[in-house]
Amino acid sequence: MPLESNIPPGPVAEKWTRYRSECKLVNPANKRKFKVLVVGTGLAGGAAAATLAELGYQVEAFCYQDSPRRAHSIAAQGGINAAKNYQNDGDSVYRLFYDTIKGGDFRARESNVHRLAETSVQIIDQCVAQGVPFAREYGGLLANRSFGGAQVSRTFYCRGQTGQQLMLGAYQALCRQVGYGKVKVRSRCEMVDLIVVDGRARGIVVRDLVNGKIESHTGDAVLLCTGGYSNAFFLSTNAAGCNVTATYRAHKRGAYFANPCYTQIHPTCIPVSGDHQSKLTLMSESLRNDGRIWVPKKAGETRRSADIPESERDYYLERKYPSYGNLAPRDIASRAAKEVCDEGRGVGSGGRGVYLDFAEAIKRDSRSRIQDKYGNLFDMYENITGENGYEQPMRIYPAPHYTMGGLWVDYNLMSNVPGLFVLGEANFSDHGANRLGASALMQGLADGYFIIPYTLANYFASTKQDRISTDHAECKRLEQETDAQVKKLLSIKGKKTAVEYHREVGRLLWDNCGMARSKESLETAISKIHGLRSEFWENVNVPGTALDLNVGLERAWRVADFMEFGELMARDALARDESCGGHFRVEHQYPDGEAKRDDERFMHVAAWEYQGTKDPVRHIEPLEYEKVKPSVRSYK
Amino acid sequence: MNLTLNVWRQKDRNAAGRMETYKASHISPDMSFLEMLDVVNEDLIKTGKEPIAFDHDCREGICGMCSLMINGMAHGPERATATCQLHMRKFRDGDEITIEPFRARAFPVLRDLVTDRGALDRIVQAGGFVGVNTGGAPDGNEIPIPRERQETAMDAAACIGCGACVAACKNASAMLYVSAKVGHLVNLPQGQPERQQRVRAMVAQHDHEGFGHCTNQYECQAACPKEISVGFIAQLNREYLHSSFGFAEREDSSTGVG
Ligand SMILES: Cc1cc2nc3c(=O)[nH]c(=O)nc-3n(C[C@H](O)[C@H](O)[C@H](O)COP(=O)(O)OP(=O)(O)OC[C@H]3O[C@@H](n4cnc5c(N)ncnc54)[C@H](O)[C@@H]3O)c2cc1C
Ligand code: FES
Repeated sequence: MPLESNIPPGPVAEKWTRYRSECKLVNPANKRKFKVLVVGTGLAGGAAAATLAELGYQVEAFCYQDSPRRAHSIAAQGGINAAKNYQNDGDSVYRLFYDTIKGGDFRARESNVHRLAETSVQIIDQCVAQGVPFAREYGGLLANRSFGGAQVSRTFYCRGQTGQQLMLGAYQALCRQVGYGKVKVRSRCEMVDLIVVDGRARGIVVRDLVNGKIESHTGDAVLLCTGGYSNAFFLSTNAAGCNVTATYRAHKRGAYFANPCYTQIHPTCIPVSGDHQSKLTLMSESLRNDGRIWVPKKAGETRRSADIPESERDYYLERKYPSYGNLAPRDIASRAAKEVCDEGRGVGSGGRGVYLDFAEAIKRDSRSRIQDKYGNLFDMYENITGENGYEQPMRIYPAPHYTMGGLWVDYNLMSNVPGLFVLGEANFSDHGANRLGASALMQGLADGYFIIPYTLANYFASTKQDRISTDHAECKRLEQETDAQVKKLLSIKGKKTAVEYHREVGRLLWDNCGMARSKESLETAISKIHGLRSEFWENVNVPGTALDLNVGLERAWRVADFMEFGELMARDALARDESCGGHFRVEHQYPDGEAKRDDERFMHVAAWEYQGTKDPVRHIEPLEYEKVKPSVRSYK
Repeated sequence: MNLTLNVWRQKDRNAAGRMETYKASHISPDMSFLEMLDVVNEDLIKTGKEPIAFDHDCREGICGMCSLMINGMAHGPERATATCQLHMRKFRDGDEITIEPFRARAFPVLRDLVTDRGALDRIVQAGGFVGVNTGGAPDGNEIPIPRERQETAMDAAACIGCGACVAACKNASAMLYVSAKVGHLVNLPQGQPERQQRVRAMVAQHDHEGFGHCTNQYECQAACPKEISVGFIAQLNREYLHSSFGFAEREDSSTGVG
C-alpha cells in the first residue's frame, strides 16, 4: 500500500486554513450518533476527549492509571512553546516553524509542523481561559523563558510544573464532560488489542486491571493517545507504567510504525546511582539557562570540583557551540556529554556524569534569585542524590526521555488503518529526528484541542459504516486470543522475573541503539534481543491468577512487547544508514564529530509493516521541503 | 541495610486483610522506598509468591498515584515528600517498618496497598473546572492577573490529588483537597463566573462520597507532599458560607491566603 500523506494542496502557510474551510463537517444533530474511543488521557487524549464531547460526540476514554489526571504529561516541568512574540524579540509563526524543522534535522513533515506553529498561539489562549496559572510578570502579563534550540524567548511555564498545570486544565475539561454524562472514563484499564473489521479500526480489547476481565469496546473511530516508548530502555524519565503495548499491538494489526529509531536522550538527568535504580529523573533543561556545563580538562581527574581551577575546566558546549553555548539542542548536548565521558573525563562514581554549575549565576544574580527560579529542582536533586546544588555543582547525565518515532499518520493524524487516529507522543509526525524542548506539550494539545476535531469530522462525514456490537465475531476472536496469552504467561513458571528481562533488553538497547549506533552494534542488538525474546516465553515467572489485580502480569505483558519492539527499533536504526538528530551512526560524521545526514538517500520517513514471523517490511514516505531549504544543521 | 516489614495483604475488595512480615535485606540507602519494595517483590516472585501490590507511576512526586501509610504516617515520616520520593537513607539498619494502605471509608481497598480513590475524581466532575469549551478564547494577555494573585492560585493548584490529606485526617475529610481546587480557581478572574455553584457542588459531592467533616485538626497540611496550606480551607469555608447565602464575596477581597 502506498503511503498517502494526504497533505492538502497550496502553499505551506495556507494549507491548514484552507483545510479547515474545505473539510467536511458533521451536522450537530448527527454528532451524537458517533462513538469515539480515546485511549489515553494525557494532554493529547484528555484534550481530544473533552473537546469531542463538547462538540457532541459520544466519547469513551481509557487509561491505565487510577485517574485520568495521572497521565505522564503531568511530569513535564519546563514549559510549552508558542509563537506569541509577547517579548517583542522577533518571534513569529514562521520562526517557530523553522526552528522546529531545523531542530528535527530536516526529517519532519513541513505541512504538519507549520500547522503546529500556527496552532501554538491558540493553545495558550485556551489554557489561560481554563485557569492554567502561567507565570506572570509584575504587570500581570504572561512571562516567558528560553529553551534549547531557540534564540527567542517563547516558552510559557508554571513554575517547574507546567505539564501538571496543562494536564489539570485538560483533566478538568474532561471531568466537566464526565459530569455531564458525555464521556465515560475507564481508568485502571489497559488496551491490549485493536479490533479491525473490514479494514477499519472499530474497537479495542482491554483488560480491566482490577478484576482481570477481558472486554471489547466498539465505536466508529479509535484514537490512540498512549504516549511514548522510552521505557524500552528500562531506565528512562518516563513513568513506571508507560508502555508500547497499545501502539505495538495496533502495529501488529496493520498500523505502520514510523521511525522507531528516533529517540531523544535528554542531557540534564540525574546520573544512575546503582543497579537498584528503577527510573531516572529529569531536571528541566531550563536549568541550562543559568547553569554552565563542564568537565575537567584532564582524564582521570580525582580532585573535588571546587579544587579544580578555572584554567583546568573544559566548558565544552560553550567552546564548541559559541552562539548557543549551554543551550545547544538536546541531541547535540547529550552526545557531547557522552563524548567527554568516553574520553575518561566524566565525573562522579562510575565516571558517567558532567557538572552543571551554578556558581557564576549565584554570584551574578544571588542565591535567592536562583532559588526563586529553580528551587524545586534543587530540592529534588538534593532529595535524590543527597548533595546540595547551591554549594557544589550538580552532576548530570543524558537519559532516554522522549520518542519522536511512533505510529505513522497522515496529515489528518490518521494511520494507514482507516479509523485509527494517533495523537501526541504516540504518533511520529512533528519532531523529525530530534524534538526541541517545550514542543511536546504544544503538540499534544494542538492534536487534541485543535486538529482532531476537524480531521475526525472529515473522516466521519466521508465514511459510511454500520454499527458494530461487542458480540461481533472479531471481538470474540480477539478476546479469546488475549485470554490465551494471559494463560500462557501465567503457566510458564520459569526462573526469571519480567523485570530482569526488561533490564536486559533495556541495557542492550542503551548500549547498542542509544546515543551512538553502528552497523555492528545494531546487528548485535537484533540478534541478542531475538534470543532474549524466545527465552522469555520459556523462562519467565509470573505468579498469581488471571482474574485479579495482578501487578506482575501487567509488567510481564508490557515487557514482552518492549522486547519485540526493541528489535524493530534496532532494525530501523540499522536501515537508516546516515546520522540525523538523535540518531547518530558513528559511520557517518564530519571530521569535527557532527552528525552527517544523507539527504539524497534518506530524506524520507521509514514506516514499518508488521509481517508476523517474517521480517517487517520498510515503506517510505519521501519528505519534500518547499518552504525551508535543508542545510547542514549548525549551532556553532 | 536490613529491615523488617509488616505489610497489609488483602486479596480483593471483599476479602479480609491481615499483616504479613517480610525481611528486606541488602537495601542500599540510595534506594527510594518504592525501589526497596521492588527488591522485596522480586524476591517474592522468584519464590513463586505474589508480589505486594502498591500504586505508583511517575516516581517523581508529581502524579499522585503513590500512597502508603508508613509507620502510621501518610507518605511516611519525611515532610513535604511523597512516598516515591522518600529515600532509604532516612531509615536505619534494623528498623521495623509498618506499611498499610490509605484508610478511609471513601477509599475502599482493592488489593494489598492499592485503594480506589475515584471519589476524588467525582468531586472535580461535580464542579472543579472553569466552564469553557475549546475555541473562542480571548488572547492570553487580555486578562492581566496580578502576580501575587496568580502565585496564590498556583500554590493551591500544586495539589497532586494523592489523598494523603484524607488518610491523615481522623475524620477522613477531603477538605484540603477540595479547598485546593476551589482556591486555585477562585483566586483567578477566570474562576469568578461559576464561583458559587462550584463550591456548593464540590462540597456536596464530598459529603456524598462519605468523606468526614473538617474539624480543624491540620493533620492534612502536615501530611501533604506539596504542603498545601490549611489557609485554603478557611477560604473555602468563607466561600461556602457566602454561596449559601446567595451572594459572592467581592472578588478583590478574596485572596484568603497570601
Ligand atoms: C519528565 C518529563 C518532562 C518533560 N518535560 C517537557 C516539557 O517541559 N515540555 C514539553 O513540551 N515536553 C516535555 N516532556 C514531553 C511531554 O511531557 C510528553 O511528550 C507529552 O506530555 C506526552 O503526552 P501524551 O498525551 O502524548 O501522552 P501521556 O501524557 O504519556 O499519556 C499517555 C496516556 O495513555 C494511557 N495509556 C498508555 N498506554 C495505555 C494502554 N496500553 N492502555 C490504556 N491506556 C494507556 C496512559 O494511561 C495515559 O493516560 C517531558 C516528558 C517527561 C517524561
Ligand atoms: S509515583 Fe507519582 S507521585 Fe509518587
